[in-house]
Amino acid sequence: MTTAPTRRRPPASSMQTEAREGLRLRRRSENVRGWLYCSPFLFFFLMFLVWPTVSGLYMSFTGRTLTGANTGWVGVENYVEAFADPEVWSSLANTVWFTVLSAVPLVVLALLLAVLVNTGLPGQWFWRLSFFLPYLLASTVISLFWTWLFNPQLGLLNTALGWAGLEPIQWLTDENWAMHSVVIATVWWTIGFNFLLYLAALQSIPDQLYEAAALDGAGTWRKFISITLPQLAPTTVLVVVLQILASLKIFDQIYQMTGGGPAGATRPILQYVYEVGFTGYRLGYASAISYIFFFSIIAISVVYTVAITRRRVK
Amino acid sequence: MTTTTAPTPRSARADERSASRPTMKAPRRRRPMTPGRIVALVVLALLALLWLIPVVWAVITSFKTEGEAAASPITILPESGWVLDAYTTTLSAGLVPRWAWNSLLTASAVTIITVVISALAGYALSRFNFVGSKALLAVIIASILIPAQILIVPLFQQMLLFNMVDTYWGVILPQVIAAPMVFILKKFFDQIPRALEEAALVDGASRLRILLQIVLPLSRPILGAVSIFVFIGAWNNFLWPFIVINRSELMTLPVGLQTVISAYGIQYAANMAQAVLAALPLIVLFVFFQRQIIKSISTTGIAGT
Repeated sequence: MTTAPTRRRPPASSMQTEAREGLRLRRRSENVRGWLYCSPFLFFFLMFLVWPTVSGLYMSFTGRTLTGANTGWVGVENYVEAFADPEVWSSLANTVWFTVLSAVPLVVLALLLAVLVNTGLPGQWFWRLSFFLPYLLASTVISLFWTWLFNPQLGLLNTALGWAGLEPIQWLTDENWAMHSVVIATVWWTIGFNFLLYLAALQSIPDQLYEAAALDGAGTWRKFISITLPQLAPTTVLVVVLQILASLKIFDQIYQMTGGGPAGATRPILQYVYEVGFTGYRLGYASAISYIFFFSIIAISVVYTVAITRRRVK
Repeated sequence: MTTTTAPTPRSARADERSASRPTMKAPRRRRPMTPGRIVALVVLALLALLWLIPVVWAVITSFKTEGEAAASPITILPESGWVLDAYTTTLSAGLVPRWAWNSLLTASAVTIITVVISALAGYALSRFNFVGSKALLAVIIASILIPAQILIVPLFQQMLLFNMVDTYWGVILPQVIAAPMVFILKKFFDQIPRALEEAALVDGASRLRILLQIVLPLSRPILGAVSIFVFIGAWNNFLWPFIVINRSELMTLPVGLQTVISAYGIQYAANMAQAVLAALPLIVLFVFFQRQIIKSISTTGIAGT
């Protein structure tokens, strides 16, 4: 690779000029090399992220359908329709409700599990594997497991309730229970990842902090509140962000466990996008709903970031 | 070490590798069993039981006959004997082996491409001071906010345009952009002392050669962890393969299983056997690389997909 085709021989008298010239050439070759090394990633990035992001936005202003019919530019018509569509609002509400219900246990319980494991009890690998194992399973697999555990007649859960002398629950078909059931399955499935993040963070807290606190007469609880939690703050910020982003994208397990039912009680926004686009063939309208969802995520992220930084500043 | 490692050079020396191990290490001391620790152990054991029951239950059921698996009231252990029927029917008839092959092929390709392009970009962003590098990094990080799921509609259109619907490439290509991985690799490369490379530069080694022979061997732990997370994500991905593949011979395991279940209803023993087969490769992978994965997470905080 010749980066300097017009290279001139510098005047032999001036060492300084030569050095400057050399630096300039090195800079230029760094520029070429930097972009060259990034180019394979950039190619895919532009092709499969930027392009669809832009074309999706464009599509959301058209009446395009899956069958190829293109009714052309319709302006903000899709957005106007979406804002008046009760299904958009109910599926968005379901998504937010799922996120609230799942994020809290997925953060708090993950911390609890990590703290328990980190007490240095024997059998570390076993605890780690137990809680992380479900994370390795595909959504199809966990949906299969839980549809079965939740089965009103054959399921282990109702059988166990029966042993305890309790009434059976219609886990997935009762409107009041369906979302909670999906949350239970999801917490079981994905907690391992947050658990590992917390475990790693706990293990990097210096022992000296605890030793110093012990000298000052701090008990276990006091040490947890005054040392562990503050030391984990950056990890908690990370875990909460990742969890909210992940929970908002809920689709797989709901689609497979309840199909969005009963009566749309669990249907998330992504499922509505899928239905509008791929079974209703209205790609333009589906894109508009996607973008409403996307802008909501951006808004949530901005609010969260502002809240975090403001607390830091205080 | 199957499909998941990036191109590793031949001359990885042991001393180089040991220099790069992340320093995080859990202090493993045997402590006396106080009442508090006994309570912790009991709580932990109960929770672990809760987490393992569904898996154990599925494995046990996969060894029952179909009749017994669907019987009410339920039996805990297979009372009419442990049978392999569910596995033999799964493996001999139907498309499960084919789906497993498709999953292995697409997930491996996604992993290899992702790791290669992310490592190159991560290295450039870490080492070359090029115009626009800061902006590029910012754009890559910001893109993490775009949920890939909202792109299914335009991506599908794009795949129609490229004639990639119902092809392996259609499954693979849209999955290879992993912005968090670029960022994680960049952060890891930043920690590697530049002095190691400068010596090689003086000797006239090219940058690519330095990357392949010095930097990547030093980055094995992080490359392993990144590979495994990308592989898990691709192996288990449901929505995208579900959309882009219609022909049953080309389906991946999760999609194939879902179509079987929605077409024939749940056949408990058979489905549990399929689930076990689908999960097995990843579990083996994790057991082998457990230590490495946990270490790497501690230094980076890999983002899930």
